[in-house]
Parts: sequence; structure tokens; C-alpha cells
Amino acid sequence: MKGRSLARHIKEGGKNIVRNGWMTFASISAVTVMLFVVGAFLLLIMNVNHFAKSLEEDVEVRVFIDITATGDQQEELLTELESLEGVENVEFVPKEEGLDTLIESLGEQGDIFETLRDENPLNDVFVVQAEDPQETDLIALDIEELPHVENVEYGKDIFDQLFTATDLIRTVGLILILGLMFTAMFLIANTIKLTIIARKREIQIMKLVGATNGFIRWPFFVEGLLLGVLGAVVPVTILSYGYASFYNSIGVQTGLDFFQFLPTTPLVFQMGSLLMAIGAFVGIWGSMMSVRKFLRV
Amino acid sequence: MIHMKDVWKTYPNGVMAINGINVDIDKGEFVYVVGPSGAGKSTFIKMMYREEKPTRGDIIINRNNLVKVKERHIPYIRRNIGVIFQDFKLLPNLSVYENVAFAMEVIEESKSNIRRRVMKVLEIVRLKNKARFFPHEISGGEQQRVAIARAIVNNPSVLIADEPTGNLDPETSWEIMHILEEINERGTTIVMATHNKEIVNTLRKRVIAIEDGRIARDEVKGDYGYER
Repeated sequence: MKGRSLARHIKEGGKNIVRNGWMTFASISAVTVMLFVVGAFLLLIMNVNHFAKSLEEDVEVRVFIDITATGDQQEELLTELESLEGVENVEFVPKEEGLDTLIESLGEQGDIFETLRDENPLNDVFVVQAEDPQETDLIALDIEELPHVENVEYGKDIFDQLFTATDLIRTVGLILILGLMFTAMFLIANTIKLTIIARKREIQIMKLVGATNGFIRWPFFVEGLLLGVLGAVVPVTILSYGYASFYNSIGVQTGLDFFQFLPTTPLVFQMGSLLMAIGAFVGIWGSMMSVRKFLRV
Repeated sequence: MIHMKDVWKTYPNGVMAINGINVDIDKGEFVYVVGPSGAGKSTFIKMMYREEKPTRGDIIINRNNLVKVKERHIPYIRRNIGVIFQDFKLLPNLSVYENVAFAMEVIEESKSNIRRRVMKVLEIVRLKNKARFFPHEISGGEQQRVAIARAIVNNPSVLIADEPTGNLDPETSWEIMHILEEINERGTTIVMATHNKEIVNTLRKRVIAIEDGRIARDEVKGDYGYER
């Protein structure tokens, strides 16, 4: 395509946007609503994923060593743990250290345990970290089979619940997004159809004098693209500013180090460009859908 | 130039519009196509610029077979065939100049080429002084001249006219005919469907009469032959 034609197509496409007033407004609104929901879900899902990730990194298996085990037997167990498949790292926590942590975590009430210093009832513990947090439960089962292991503990339950919740949010989000996407696409296709009907004579003459289908299609491509991108402006702006002010007021100070929101940048830029891309895609697709029918010779 | 070989056309609703037509039209000829309404004249004309596709047979214009050509090549074939209609088909919100230039813009000609060529064809149809007017500001005859200018601006070798004088009074019709004759003298082949008995009988050319989808008569310097 030649440069001056591109300028012409953009001008024509822009003209149609203005000419179709209310239908343009309806299509852009549909895209806006759709992208608003998409964007909100996107921010939610990305944050939930982020929580899940940071929690996952804390997943560990606590292996309580049989009190009767000798030093050699403990060494033996350590080598066996380290050679297990999927194990990333094994750390030894002697019972004295375990008691310190316990007393510390209980604060003032912990003082009563100070008396236990001489006959510590706790076990020595190996803390095992899995390479893939999702496989923690399998590794825990393997460890239970090993000799000199009294007990195995891990916090998989929380994760299972967390992942169920994330999956649910994803599924609901996806269904909602797809439904809205089709609505928006349908409205855009209808808007473009109006343009085409309004320009039927023009298209007929274009075909008579030998314009190619590609040439005829371009302004509608531009119109669809504009509808989609214009529809993305409002949700991207609102969601970006909204998230930024939310993050600045609450996000940074949740007080829990595993419960951190994603910082505003680059999150809003990722979200923004994705919404723009979805808007453009929906707009172009809707437009091409209605043009195709009209261009059959 | 134009060869039709055993052409048949049946519409999807069962109407048999053209029933086996063989015609040869040479380069530079001026041909009237006459016949009663509903005899297939319109279909005959429409097949020449590939608005309709024959059910059977071949139509060859400038060595291109309009029946076998691929969809995407049709635009390039149309650039070599100018068409004008009874209702002019001008774009109302474009000026005379823009209406003619439009035909060159959509095939992506350069601006300087467009300017030079449009002014030249407006001179041929004697509308140079009305280039800035809009279609509703000029007479029917002038509008048809704009349509002619648009049809010939890309230098087609064939000009197809579907009842070009159908909406015009006798005096204006003659104006149009003189312009068409002039264009014909410059070497453009002209095929014109018409009901205008006076014109056919006065400005004698080859006459092809179509009745019941067949060629009933094909005479050099023929006459209209129907009462009306």
C-alpha cells in the first residue's frame, strides 16, 4: 500500500467514527465495559498469583527426627533426604534452636518454657524445601517412609485451598471476559455494517472503477481499530490510577511479609498494553467480520 | 476486442436471461444494444463488466476471459472497462472534480497524475469551468458528463453505457451522444444499451437487437426497428 493511501484510509476511518455517532458510542461503551472487567480481573489474578508464589516459597516439610536416633543415624538421614528426587535444600534445626524460636514466638507466655531448657521435649528437625512447591506432598510421603523419622509436617492444605480459589477466579473471569468480548465484537460488527450501508454507493463505484478489495477494506479496518483502542482508553486510565492510589494507601503496608501487593509499575503498564491489544483485536475482528460479507463480488 | 462465445445465463430464481449468444466486437467499434424490456439487454451489458457471471460460455475482453478470471484479478480488469448508467451514480457530497478524481484515487494514482488527467477529461466533456460544483448544483446532462469523465479517466479501452440518455431530454441526450462519439473517435470501443429510437436511427452505427435472450438482429448501420 502506498503512503498517501494510508493517510486516506485513516481519514476515511476517522470520518466514519464521527458519522455513526450513537452506534460508535455504543460500541466504544461495550468495549469499555468489557475491558474494565478484563482489567479488574487481570489485576486481581496477577496479585493472587503473586501471593500464591510468595507463599509457595515458604512451603517446607518439617521432618521430626526420632529422639532415639544417634548422631550417625542423623547423618545417614541427612544424606538420604538430600538424595531424594525433587529436594532442593535441607536445613538442620537442633532442638535447642527450636525451643528458642518457640519461646520467642510466644512472647511473655513463653517464659514458662524456659524451665524446659534442661529436659527439652522437642525433636531435632530437618527442614526440607522442595524444588517445585506443588510437589511438596509427594516428597513428604517419601520422607515418612525413611528410618528414624518420627513425624512429618507440611502446610499443603492452605495451598490447596489457595489454588482452588485462584482457579475459580480465573474460570469465572475467563467466562465473563469471553461473554463480554463477543458482545463488544457483535456491536462493533453492527456499527461497521451501518457504515458500509451508508457507503454502499461509494463502495459500488469503487468496485466499478477497479479498486481492490484490500483498498476498500482498509478504512473499515481503521474504524474497527479506532473503536477498540478508544474503548480501551477509559478503563486503562481508571484502573491505572485506581490501582496506584490503592497501592499507595493500603498496598504497601499490609504488615504481612508474605501478603504483598504487586507494585504499581510495571503492573499497570502490562495491564494497559494488554487491554489496548485486546481492544484493538476485538475492534479489528468485529470490523472484518462485517466487511467480508459485503465484499463478495 | 470483445468476444462472446455461446454465452448462457440463468438466474438462481430460474429466469433464463441469455440463451446462447455469440458476438464479436472489434476495437474502435460503436455498438447499440436494443430490444424490448426484459429481453436480456441488461444482463448482456452487466456480463461485460463482470457484474454478472455467465452460467456457461466465455466472454473475452482484451485477452482476459471474464468467466475464468480469479476474483482477485477482477479489479484490474475493471480498470480497463469504463461504465456509465442511466442514474449517473455520482457521489453527492463530492464536487465534480472530486467525483472524477475518486476513480483515480481508489486505484492509487499519484496526486500530480490525478490533477493533470482529471482536468483533461473535464475538458473533453466540457465541464472544466464547473469543476468545483456539486452534483446537485448542475443539470442532469452535466451530471451524466461527469459520469462519463469518471468512466474514461483511467483510459479504458471499452466504455459500456447502460441507457445513458434514459433520464435526459432530447436536446441533452444529443449533447451526450456527441461526447460519446468524440470518445469513440479517440479509439475507445463503445457498447451502449438504449431505448432511444431517434438516436439509433439518426446516428447510424452497428445495432445488436436482443430478444428472448438471443440475438435477433445484428446489422452494420442498422436502425432501431421497434415502435416506441
